[in-house]
Amino acid sequence: MGKGMEHRAGSVMVVGGGIAGVQAALDLTELGYYVYLVEKAAVVGGVMAQLDKTFPTNDCSL
Amino acid sequence: MLTNADLLALDGKPGDFTARIRQRPRYIDADACTACGLCTQYCPKHHVDPYNEGLALTRPIHIDYAQAVPATYYIDPSSCLHLQYDTCQICVPVCQSHAINFNQQPEEIELKVGAVVLSPGFGKIDPATLEKFGYGRHPDVVTSVEFERMTTASGPFMGEVKCFSDGRHPKRIAFIQCVGSRDLGCDNGYCSSVCCMYAIKEALVAKEHDPEVDITIYYMDIRTQGKEFDKAQQRAEAMGIKFVRAKVADVTPWENRLQLTYATLDGHHEFEPFDMVVLSVGLESPRDARGIADITGIELNRYNFARSDTFSPLTTNREGIVVAGAFQGPKDIPESVTQASAAAGIAAGLLEAQRGQGIIHKTYPEEQDIGDEVRIGVFVCHCGINISSVVDVHEVEESVADMEGVVYHTDSLYSCSQDAIETLKKTIIEHNLNRVVIAACSPRTHEPLFQETLKDAGLNPCLVEMVNIRDQCSWVHAAEPQAATQKSEDLVRMAVAKARRMQPLPAQTVPVTPRALIIGGGIAGMTVALTLADQGFESVLLEKGRTLGGNLGLLNHVLTSKETANHLKKLVDRVRKNRKIDVLTGAELVQMSGFIGNFSSVVSTGGGRKEETVDHGVVVLATGGREHRPDGYLLGRNKKVLTQQELEKRLAGKARNRAPDSVVMIQCAGSRGDDLNYCSKVCCNHAVKNALQIKEINPDAQVIVLYRDMRTYGYAEDAYREARLKGVIFIPYEPDRKPEVYEAGRRLHVKFFDSLLQEEVDMTPDLVALSVGIVPEGTEELSKLLKAPLTDDKFFLEAHVKLRPVELPVDGVYVCGLAHAPKPVDETIAQAQAAAAKAAIPLVKGSVSVDPIVSSVDQDKCIGCGICVSLCPFGAIEMIKVDKKRKARTISASCKACGICASHCPTFAISMGGFTNEQIISQIEAFGQVTEQETAEV
Repeated sequence: MGKGMEHRAGSVMVVGGGIAGVQAALDLTELGYYVYLVEKAAVVGGVMAQLDKTFPTNDCSL
Repeated sequence: MLTNADLLALDGKPGDFTARIRQRPRYIDADACTACGLCTQYCPKHHVDPYNEGLALTRPIHIDYAQAVPATYYIDPSSCLHLQYDTCQICVPVCQSHAINFNQQPEEIELKVGAVVLSPGFGKIDPATLEKFGYGRHPDVVTSVEFERMTTASGPFMGEVKCFSDGRHPKRIAFIQCVGSRDLGCDNGYCSSVCCMYAIKEALVAKEHDPEVDITIYYMDIRTQGKEFDKAQQRAEAMGIKFVRAKVADVTPWENRLQLTYATLDGHHEFEPFDMVVLSVGLESPRDARGIADITGIELNRYNFARSDTFSPLTTNREGIVVAGAFQGPKDIPESVTQASAAAGIAAGLLEAQRGQGIIHKTYPEEQDIGDEVRIGVFVCHCGINISSVVDVHEVEESVADMEGVVYHTDSLYSCSQDAIETLKKTIIEHNLNRVVIAACSPRTHEPLFQETLKDAGLNPCLVEMVNIRDQCSWVHAAEPQAATQKSEDLVRMAVAKARRMQPLPAQTVPVTPRALIIGGGIAGMTVALTLADQGFESVLLEKGRTLGGNLGLLNHVLTSKETANHLKKLVDRVRKNRKIDVLTGAELVQMSGFIGNFSSVVSTGGGRKEETVDHGVVVLATGGREHRPDGYLLGRNKKVLTQQELEKRLAGKARNRAPDSVVMIQCAGSRGDDLNYCSKVCCNHAVKNALQIKEINPDAQVIVLYRDMRTYGYAEDAYREARLKGVIFIPYEPDRKPEVYEAGRRLHVKFFDSLLQEEVDMTPDLVALSVGIVPEGTEELSKLLKAPLTDDKFFLEAHVKLRPVELPVDGVYVCGLAHAPKPVDETIAQAQAAAAKAAIPLVKGSVSVDPIVSSVDQDKCIGCGICVSLCPFGAIEMIKVDKKRKARTISASCKACGICASHCPTFAISMGGFTNEQIISQIEAFGQVTEQETAEV
């Protein structure tokens, strides 16, 4: 089991990569912070990516 | 970005948290995978596809959907033959980029972070709840999420709605609302706040697919309380979708159809046959909510969502951890996006001192002078088989060989892959290229990548031209490979012609005045000012009235808190004491000019006696709203008729008869179709709150609420239930049969049709309280000053209702609170925090960078006619005086490069960077070249 250690001042962890998590991560980077986006699944996007008409394209890509 | 990752532990304190993460293996090397899809084609094992709600099969090695991020395939170990049985491994040799690696192991990572945003989303309703409606027992009972996948064009049935039982197209579809919501049977007492909207959307989509289909939505209350939501509901009704207020008791098979048993309001039982039944499932707390709470130490509410307070809706009990999205409480996309921005802003405020320290700034080599000789490199992409299965890529590539200026040409399997990008960079340097043409996919998605590569190679990023031979050739002409190849050649030839005339364009940046102007000193404006101050930015807060506080000052308490006055006082104190906030009361905006980063406003104070100029980089509109005063119902003519706000004041007073023995409340008085065509979102809660207050003071009082739909969404449903338990009577009325208020002698009468008793009732209550709705304040004047558009209902129109809910189409202008739409206090606060976070972005950057493709005016040619100024939709052109002559000038920072000005300029004085007349004409000529040849041949 490998064990990495990351240390970066001014960083924020966002847990959950649905639309809320992705938006928070994008805004935080724009506000000058390094973001770790931690997502349980293999892709980010969450439930919104399953929706059809509201978002015909996957607008929430990073 | 850490996917496949679980949070294991979180220790430490704000500013210094240590998070332990376990990352499960993908078994595919993300850097090597080109997402070509060959592995999925060869994988022999089936795998039920959770992305499609189990409606389709995929393979254990797959990608959820084509646009997935990261764009890397992964192996689901639960069904992979190798990972389960140590066999197979077919995928390993199939993968041409050798990306598959079964030796990957789970990894534990420790992260040091200053703050945490929790946005784990929501969970699924327990299947036991769905079984009550026949789900699992009959194949044609589906959930709304399954139905969504069914109607999706890119879904498993390519948008075809079919009954699972026999594949027929359903002619009659029923939607059952509130499945797993407003249901104490499954411990979900709350309203999920989204199901009414998506049911209407899905019904409309189904109707689009098959106009003949007959759709009925069975509901308790239609809760389309959001901005412009009622209009969608009206559209649905106009399209013939039926809405029936009823409680569905049972769904049973009946021959090859389904029979719905439902009870209507008047106590009748009805039966109705349907081909398909869609269950509008609610949002539940995430399945691992408990686990998240244990790991992070945050508290949950009784429904296992994160606990938070009305006045700090996103803050948890553990400092440094904020929540956003559905985990904070069930909510829709715009609300989630708003909260996400707000959470980002709060986290940024906590770590103000560390800002910018973690960001890695990329450096580029110095830009090379391109000299006079044109040296074009052409790169044609196969895009795996996406392009090359239709277009003859080699023929396209060969066609450029003899073109003027082309010194290098090649093809590539994936031009965008990591190694191809490296090769591109090396080739540019090696062959001394100074123009690059990439024939591949869409510049919308990939131009930034290639521009970046040019910068890495020491070239100006504007020296690349992309040709979209995928979307425009191989995709749309898939059946005609020859024509598609011919068209690709034409497009590439045109791009080469344009490339010959491309020139480097300098990057432009405009400095930003690090100060915000906030208009409106209510809870929204004050929250914006404080959130910005936390992030280290100054603001000027304009308040029209003499004191800060706005509408919150008029409220005695809110449903969730009695601390209104106390909180408001603290907030005003904090604003007054904060050195970064300059409060101007009795102040109004007179004039505003400038653009994002550089606004200049004239503000009048002291009732117009004094004027001062404020320079600022951004503007936040928090102008609020007020109670609407409808004409009807004897309001203002009979002193027994009050608004809810007046009733609230009376109840908070000391009068002995402040809560009289009988009160009738009338909801939507003047709203939803009368004077106001929208729902004001807060009145139902307000009525429930006042009704509970009456019952508290005078438990024997008779309180009757006449309503159209009780819109106590979210947790307010609990208060609605409490009011019913305490004996408050709720009676719905139809818009074509509104209650009447009249005077007869000295008595005040209310006459209404009781839909429960099915008869006309006339009563003489002591008081009538009207829920009157909210109108925005002063938005029309501001809209003209700022050139910011309004909705039909005079609220500010946001840049994108879903994804940019607090930004206006004019850059650098943000909106929050009632000026955006009616909303309760907690949503106003979150929105204000979001507006502050968004407004802080340009302030943090310190400069606004402008894409060099903006327009520019040749002042020698300009005749000062002003056509461009009147046509520009972004207010990005101004008229100036040059040597006493009127001339147009582009405000680069506001220009969106749409090209309207250039195409209308009568003297061709306006040119677009990267799209000059010269370049476009040469493209057109290049297209004509071969056409002429072809014509000559004929």
